[in-house]
Amino acid sequence: MSTEDLRYHPRVPVLWWTRKPSYFVFVMRELSSLFIAWLVLYLLLFVRAVGRGDAAYADFLAWATSPWLVVLNAVAFAFLVLHTITWFSLTPQAMVIDLGGRRVPPAVIIGAQYAALAVVSVLVYWLVTR
Amino acid sequence: MSQSIRLRVARYRPDKDTEPGWQEYDVPLREEWTVLDGLNHVKNEVDTTLSFRWSCRMGICGSCGMNVGGEPRLTCATFLSDYAPGPVDVAPLSNFPVVRDLVVDITDFMEKLPRVKPWLIRDEEQPVDEGEYLQSPEELDAYKQFSMCINCMLCYAACPVYGLEPEFIGPAAIALAERYDLDSRDHGTRQRLDVLIEQEGVYGCTFVGECTRVCPKHVDPAAAIQRYKLKAAQESVKMFLLPRALRR
Ligand code: SF4
Ligand code: FES
Repeated sequence: MSTEDLRYHPRVPVLWWTRKPSYFVFVMRELSSLFIAWLVLYLLLFVRAVGRGDAAYADFLAWATSPWLVVLNAVAFAFLVLHTITWFSLTPQAMVIDLGGRRVPPAVIIGAQYAALAVVSVLVYWLVTR
Repeated sequence: MSQSIRLRVARYRPDKDTEPGWQEYDVPLREEWTVLDGLNHVKNEVDTTLSFRWSCRMGICGSCGMNVGGEPRLTCATFLSDYAPGPVDVAPLSNFPVVRDLVVDITDFMEKLPRVKPWLIRDEEQPVDEGEYLQSPEELDAYKQFSMCINCMLCYAACPVYGLEPEFIGPAAIALAERYDLDSRDHGTRQRLDVLIEQEGVYGCTFVGECTRVCPKHVDPAAAIQRYKLKAAQESVKMFLLPRALRR
């Protein structure tokens, strides 16, 4: 028997993720994590500026309105929305919740997350504008 | 019926070719013909050198999986008429070495599968004269979905993680681990977790979800993997927080 390997070993092309829409969305979702990290950092900088008093806050606002930052944050927000939607729609697969011996339907789990998001958003809005 | 449809079939003859090429065949387009029927027509009437695998022709044995039109499919359950007027691309499953034409080598999976111990593991075997291990319909329902896997490997062909990181144990193996974990007669959860908690285990998966989309048996391997991740994470936290005596 020959020891030579005659099998053909296919290689994954570099642009494999452009071949199917589902692969593309997946890669974008992975990429969105970077933008989420950025938004967290931005929020921390914001909180720090607020904590340091009026001058620092004014500086922050001036910086935050620079065009490149507005563009960056708009893009980051779009990725945030993508992240949220895809994440929420994946959860029912990962979590099996039984209530009274019956499986909670996926739509209810997804709906509950949007409801929770709405409640938290309203709460934050109330805290900030109070 | 005089109509026909063109098949573009990937050919790889290890004795002649260094990489796969395409060959075209025209086959009759009959309403009740599957892609596999088209390939069998080629093999019987046109070109006897074409190689491919099949056995049951009824979506049960899992051996006829190929990429049809770029998607992993069971060729015995995929109708030619859905691709009319053609042409239809037929290629071997992605992510596996090609042995010849449409035949891939799934040795890798055959080596990985036993690692998750896909069989009933008992702490204590009950004597035969005490009868069978009984199970209620609810207990059967708990794992039934994951027991439908036919090892067709379509999920591995659809998984880009497996393509990029061949060490990843993969969707079907994890779905089968989950099948036995959820079985009320089984006590092997701990042993399987030890295997799947490794880097090549469940954490290799980044939740592309394609495995579930292509699975012809609605096994939902993506769900099995995510549930396993949850289980593994809980276990890690327990290991970290609890004193040895309280673990398990
Ligand atoms: S999980 Fe589905 S796609 Fe994967 S091997 Fe089993 S039956 Fe085939
Ligand atoms: S020939 Fe058995 S599944 Fe297609």
